[in-house]
Amino acid sequence: MNPVVNKWQPRIVAFFCNWCTYTGADLAGVSRLKYAANVRIVRLMCSGRVDAQFIVAALARGADGVLIGGCHPGDCHYAEGNFKMLRRFELLKRMLADLGIEPERVRLEWISAAEGEKVRRVINTMTEQLLRLGPLQLPQRRAEWDRELEPVSAATPTQSL
Amino acid sequence: MSNPAKPKIAFYWCASCGGCEEAVVDLAEEILGVLEAVEIVLWPCAMDFKKTDLEGLPDRSLNATFLNGAIRTEEQAEMAHLLRRKSQLLVAYGACAQLGGIPGLANQFMREEILRYVYEDAPTVINQDRARPQSRFTENGYSLCLPQLHQVVRALDQVVPVDYYLPGCPPTPKLTQAAIGALLAGTLPPKGTVLAPDMALCEQCPRKATKPADPRFAEFHRPHSLNLDPEKCFLAQGVICLGAATRGGCEAACVNGNMPCTGCFGPTSRVRDQGAKALSALCANLAGKEEPAIAQTLAGVPDPIGMFYRYGLAKSLLRSNVSSPNDPKRSYV
Repeated sequence: MNPVVNKWQPRIVAFFCNWCTYTGADLAGVSRLKYAANVRIVRLMCSGRVDAQFIVAALARGADGVLIGGCHPGDCHYAEGNFKMLRRFELLKRMLADLGIEPERVRLEWISAAEGEKVRRVINTMTEQLLRLGPLQLPQRRAEWDRELEPVSAATPTQSL
Repeated sequence: MSNPAKPKIAFYWCASCGGCEEAVVDLAEEILGVLEAVEIVLWPCAMDFKKTDLEGLPDRSLNATFLNGAIRTEEQAEMAHLLRRKSQLLVAYGACAQLGGIPGLANQFMREEILRYVYEDAPTVINQDRARPQSRFTENGYSLCLPQLHQVVRALDQVVPVDYYLPGCPPTPKLTQAAIGALLAGTLPPKGTVLAPDMALCEQCPRKATKPADPRFAEFHRPHSLNLDPEKCFLAQGVICLGAATRGGCEAACVNGNMPCTGCFGPTSRVRDQGAKALSALCANLAGKEEPAIAQTLAGVPDPIGMFYRYGLAKSLLRSNVSSPNDPKRSYV
């Protein structure tokens, strides 16, 4: 078996806006630009649609990093959606830091439809950063903590409802 | 003492302040009607009762248990399992049992950090031997045991299955009475329901008419720093109020006391993570469009976890601090 396959690879969930960054990723594709295969792109109509819930849900379910891509300031298809994302991001960063999540794990980038090269660069650098940071593995950490509940559950079995 | 005709009810407390017990007493003279209709078989706060008595009851012999408080210790988890086994219905009573509550804020810190601070490093502590409570201790042939703290604080349904939730810090007498009434009449909604209206507090707020459509916050004020207008929406006054991200049903108790909502009723059914949702809704409405202006406005939120997850950290998607206890980057003050 190829040893590269077995090596841990970070998983990045990316929320890209339909009008700029997703189109930029399309451009990267049709331009045959190669970027790290660690990213799973979710297309949304606007970065302003990215609820902080989406970001924490991705991390809680096993993502090692979250990347949000929107139009450059002033270019938003809906005029101000990207500003909404930027404002959330500024406070979310502080909140995640308070919970011990490294700032490199959540990244916001403005990438236009013409910037296929930037899509490639951002994904590659983020993948490298996450490789250096190591896995977040929240589901596994939770499972480990929840093992402290096992002795009690075993002693007094709970009937199913 | 035992009356087979009356439904049997238990009240129990875990990691909580006692306010939920007070809420039961707040039923005032209505409690007499409740006592007429049900038999309270366990209520450690108000009546003498031993764990062995509870263990001696047949399984599922309690019609309902109202359990308040989060699950923080081994003993609380054990009691939650025991009560689950003895009860047909288990009701998470109050914010701590439903969401982790204020005790859940301890999930910002690792257990070791908390113990080290409380028993060694706090400025008011003199403990030269660095003694810590042990789970077992023997003196003169007597053996004592203390329950261990869990690594994290949990909401009740993170430990045992829960049938209903009564939200609030504490739940209002009206909701409590309605729940007991529905229980007696057999008109409870489907299991898993939160027994409060499924709409945001803003919908029921007496100040709803003054809620700004486009607040454009440039500055946040903390409630103590302003002479608050008793009629005007808090958001219009630049004070963070979580009414928009919080379930109603509290009769706007805080707003009527001229204090903003801090979120104790938890999210509505459409929201999974109250803190993240509240943060998203609030921040979207800032005035700034560049990092410095945004950061300046957000300096008015010195403690985002305490602001947005005051009651819900344990039940939030991230649940707790994720860093390892031995991480040298971790500091606590």
